[in-house]
Amino acid sequence: MTYLSNIGLYFLMIKEMFRKPTKWSVMKGLILKDIDDLVIGSLGIVAFISFFVGGVITIQTALNITNPLIPKYLVGFATRQSVILEFAPTFTSIIMAGKVGSFITSSIGTMRVTEQIDALEVMGINSLNYLVFPKAVAMMLYPFAIAIGMFLGILGGMAACVYGGYTTLEDYITGVQMDFNGFHMTYSFLKTFVFAFILATIPSFHGFYMKGGALEVGKASTTSFVWTSVVIILINYILTDMLLG
Amino acid sequence: MIEVKGLHKSFGDAHVLKGIDAYFEKGETSLVIGQSGSGKTVFIKCLLGLFPYDKGIISYDGKIYSDLSENQKRDLRAEIGMVFQGSALFDSMTIQENVMFPLRMFTKMSKSEMEDRADVVLKRVNLDDAHNKMPSEASGGMQKRVAIARAIVNNPKYLFCDEPNSGLDPKTAIVIDNLIQEITDEYQIVTVINSHDMNSVMEIGEKIVFLQHGHKEWEGSKENIFKTDNKAVTDFVYSSELFKKVRKMYLEGTN
Repeated sequence: MTYLSNIGLYFLMIKEMFRKPTKWSVMKGLILKDIDDLVIGSLGIVAFISFFVGGVITIQTALNITNPLIPKYLVGFATRQSVILEFAPTFTSIIMAGKVGSFITSSIGTMRVTEQIDALEVMGINSLNYLVFPKAVAMMLYPFAIAIGMFLGILGGMAACVYGGYTTLEDYITGVQMDFNGFHMTYSFLKTFVFAFILATIPSFHGFYMKGGALEVGKASTTSFVWTSVVIILINYILTDMLLG
Repeated sequence: MIEVKGLHKSFGDAHVLKGIDAYFEKGETSLVIGQSGSGKTVFIKCLLGLFPYDKGIISYDGKIYSDLSENQKRDLRAEIGMVFQGSALFDSMTIQENVMFPLRMFTKMSKSEMEDRADVVLKRVNLDDAHNKMPSEASGGMQKRVAIARAIVNNPKYLFCDEPNSGLDPKTAIVIDNLIQEITDEYQIVTVINSHDMNSVMEIGEKIVFLQHGHKEWEGSKENIFKTDNKAVTDFVYSSELFKKVRKMYLEGTN
């Protein structure tokens, strides 16, 4: 029952987020700050993870191709498919649920505990529009971070392949270019946009409606990470089945 | 003037406010006092519209709050200043930005006009040189003064303060009390303070509303509170030996 009530409350929050908009001159500043905090601030970790995960996929694939009849260029093909379809959009988003999600929950939760949200509401400001809407807009740039992640994942695979001696550079590049399907990019970016919205709103929900003190802010951050990850995985399944199934 | 008639508020089975009647005049510092759990904070939050109430009427200068549209409520809230117990300053903004915040949200002033106005109110609360400090770098007393500056920067008609003295030393507490009273008088605003600090009651209580178990038990001024023989009030106000002696001296002096 609590779950159902929370799901209802979440959708009411989304509806309320679009009402009574904050002045554009103020909102502009909030969006730019959130782009810096949430997207640009995450580029380092996205780049690092993508590069090394790309490398690991390549090594694992190369080590598992033991049949001499299977061409070596399939290593590049497998890396590209894995990185573009799942590792860059989904795996990175789950990591972002920890980084960006806990930041959002703890910052909004602390504002709740210290009555800053009450202060906004007493002034007649729609606190959901003021706090959550700019984060949702800022996260619409998150696919750019994922695009960088895709590029670096494939680059990391190439580095591992060449420097680890698993296959030649030519074979790897042949594999990466083989049977490219443009719709896979559409699918990948479509779900990244959905994940971006989830990454902005579910942690905001847990921060905004939390009750209690400092300890509860910590608990809300953990709960937020768990639920954001669960929803991303579920939505990933549904979208994959709908778009590729 | 703020007028409250028959205000009721429950949380589940807990009936917190049981038909409170009160009115608060402009230019007068009114204190709502009572023990912890008496319903003071809920009362103030109902007045502010932070808690929806179950029954009763709250009117601001004749405008009944529950009859107002969402836009009218927003306009009304722009006329309200609030000083929170923990100051509730936005910790990502400097002191000057905190004070300018209501102006940025509700006026079309240019940046220099907003800075000038922030200077005026910061001077008014005796904070001339703290503009660029972050709230975390300010002391408790400074944070309270910034919160008062933010509350009055937009020339509000109504000022609410939730335990403005909590966590302050007695000297700073008196400075804050006097500042609130001076501002109330100077700007002719309706000021309602939620407090259980007896020093504040004696210092600035032009009107005192005593709540007990969700009822209005007593109403009067700081002079009346010395003379009352209402047991609930005397038990609460004169619970310390010091105040018992002060009362005795006051009564002996006036007889």
